[in-house]
Amino acid sequence: MASHAIEVKNLYKIFGPRGEDFVDVVKKGMGKAELNEKHGHVLGLQDINILMPGGCITVVMGLSGSGKSTLIRHINRLIDPTAGEVLYDGTDVCKMNENDLRQFRRNKTAMVFQKFALLPHRTVLENTIYGLEIQGIERRESEKRARGWIERVGLKGFENHYPNQLSGGMQQRVGLARALTNDADILLMDEAYSALDPLIRMDMQTVLLDLQKELKKTVVFITHDLDEALRLGDKIAILRDGRVVQQGTGQQIVLSPADDYITAFVKEVNRGRVVHVETIMRPLSGNPEGVSLPAGTVLEAAARTMTGAHVATAHVVDENGRPIGAIDLQTIIAAMVTPTSHADRQAA
Amino acid sequence: MAICSFLPELLCKFPAIDDGTIRMARKSVDDGFKGFVRSYGDAIDAVVQPLQWFLNYLERAFVSSPWVLVLIIMIAVVYLGSRHVKITIGTALSMLAIGLVGLWNDTMITLAMVTVCTLISVVIGIPIGILMARSDRVQAFVNPILDVMQTMPSFVYLIPVVMIFGIGKVPGLIAVVIYAVPPMIRLTDLGIRLVDKEVLEAADAFGSSAWQKLKNVQMPLALPTIMAGINQTIMMSLAMVVVASMIGVGGLGKNVLQAIANQFFTVGFLNGFALVGIAIIFDRTSQAFGRRLQKHSEVIHG
Repeated sequence: MASHAIEVKNLYKIFGPRGEDFVDVVKKGMGKAELNEKHGHVLGLQDINILMPGGCITVVMGLSGSGKSTLIRHINRLIDPTAGEVLYDGTDVCKMNENDLRQFRRNKTAMVFQKFALLPHRTVLENTIYGLEIQGIERRESEKRARGWIERVGLKGFENHYPNQLSGGMQQRVGLARALTNDADILLMDEAYSALDPLIRMDMQTVLLDLQKELKKTVVFITHDLDEALRLGDKIAILRDGRVVQQGTGQQIVLSPADDYITAFVKEVNRGRVVHVETIMRPLSGNPEGVSLPAGTVLEAAARTMTGAHVATAHVVDENGRPIGAIDLQTIIAAMVTPTSHADRQAA
Repeated sequence: MAICSFLPELLCKFPAIDDGTIRMARKSVDDGFKGFVRSYGDAIDAVVQPLQWFLNYLERAFVSSPWVLVLIIMIAVVYLGSRHVKITIGTALSMLAIGLVGLWNDTMITLAMVTVCTLISVVIGIPIGILMARSDRVQAFVNPILDVMQTMPSFVYLIPVVMIFGIGKVPGLIAVVIYAVPPMIRLTDLGIRLVDKEVLEAADAFGSSAWQKLKNVQMPLALPTIMAGINQTIMMSLAMVVVASMIGVGGLGKNVLQAIANQFFTVGFLNGFALVGIAIIFDRTSQAFGRRLQKHSEVIHG
């Protein structure tokens, strides 16, 4: 199944009884605090424009209150927008009637929730088939599919356990299996891993990345954790106060943060795991020296390879093995060290 | 009143509507109601006739079956419901005690009555509770009615019930249901409203229809609260069965009523304890059953 892109266009969400009346005021520049003070309405999202490419993981990152959970609920319209469009395959999700919307949710989307939201009175297996059951798919067929996914997420043997008998990490595996069993094109993950402890979170990230390699779904992943965003995201959008502050690849965001807010965010990031060698290599002059590094290698891995081989220089090769640039250990270390601040860099 | 000599009369004596007008109003309401009963009484009787049949049938089944059979069935039901040996033994002992003091038949009549009342309360209460949970407007409308039903002294609404249906089992049944159905409705409403919003959102996200949401999520998750409602309804039916004996319901309640009228201390208490015995059996069994339904919520993983 080829995956399709989701396009969010000029999306506004203003919470309150007369949200529509204030879209224009917000468009003219009224901020969140002022709107709340003057009109008692809460600005959830303003002027969101994000293209979420098909078959890729798009991460929406922001701190609590930034509107990220509100944004993901617009994609399957658990929340109705005040203005704007959410396009999937050229259809505006926001204009679907009740029946179309239900079909869209059943067949095109699946969602994983922060607090798992499993049905406590159903076993793991019965939770996993939930999506298929409400589509009216025959029990035997849906059980077969569900068992497959339960095994894939590593819960074989727990089919007849109740959610309360499982740990948080295992419960979220059930949540993931339930979403995957739906075999929907869009996978919405709302802070899916935020409630898990760090080791299990890493583990679950790996599960997602492994699955995504073969499934190629359009994944929208919400998180407040930049490291998670950088690890998972093919594309990252950073939200603040209901507005997109920056969007791009992880590397773009780490190397050229749009403002102080994002600079503060990326300051603590391990750049060695984000920046690729081809980003900082210099043009090849003369013959390629030292070890060869494939393009796309992150700096940390490059440094490890080079120190392991006891060389201070290396060359970068493209996927056909052709040398495309050179790099030395000093450049790599300089790039891995965090620059002092955004302001300093702009002054320089 | 000294103070009243300085004040105009209007402030001292409450300006009640004069007796003549009140008498008129009362008479016309009473006459209107009597007229309504006269013209629709037969139709109403016909509508509730199935209740009469059902009640009679059950009562006959309880009373005329050999007591051993009834006892065995009761013990089986209690055990299957509660899976609890202590409760089962307690049931057997209290039923034997009731039989020994000669109250077996009266207890069977009361049991039949309470069973029918509870069934009717559940059948009426759950749908109304669901409607209430779905709409704030329905809730705002039904709540005051329930308040009236619960606080109005039960003797008062015996009056219209008797006027419409006369004396007998069915009016008793209706009076009991009026008294016992509010907790069923309220707790169904509460249970559904307390269902975790996240789980509901998940059900929505997977494209559940309203019916699927009710069937798969709301009702199962509200079940503990609904079970508490059923339990309350049973208890209130048992309490009301005594009052309903004033309008012709037989069984233990009638004996209590006679004991009050004649100051039969021992008879009163024996019948009272028989009611307490049934109440405890119902209560423990339904609670144990409710807990068993909630087995999945036991946290095994720490």
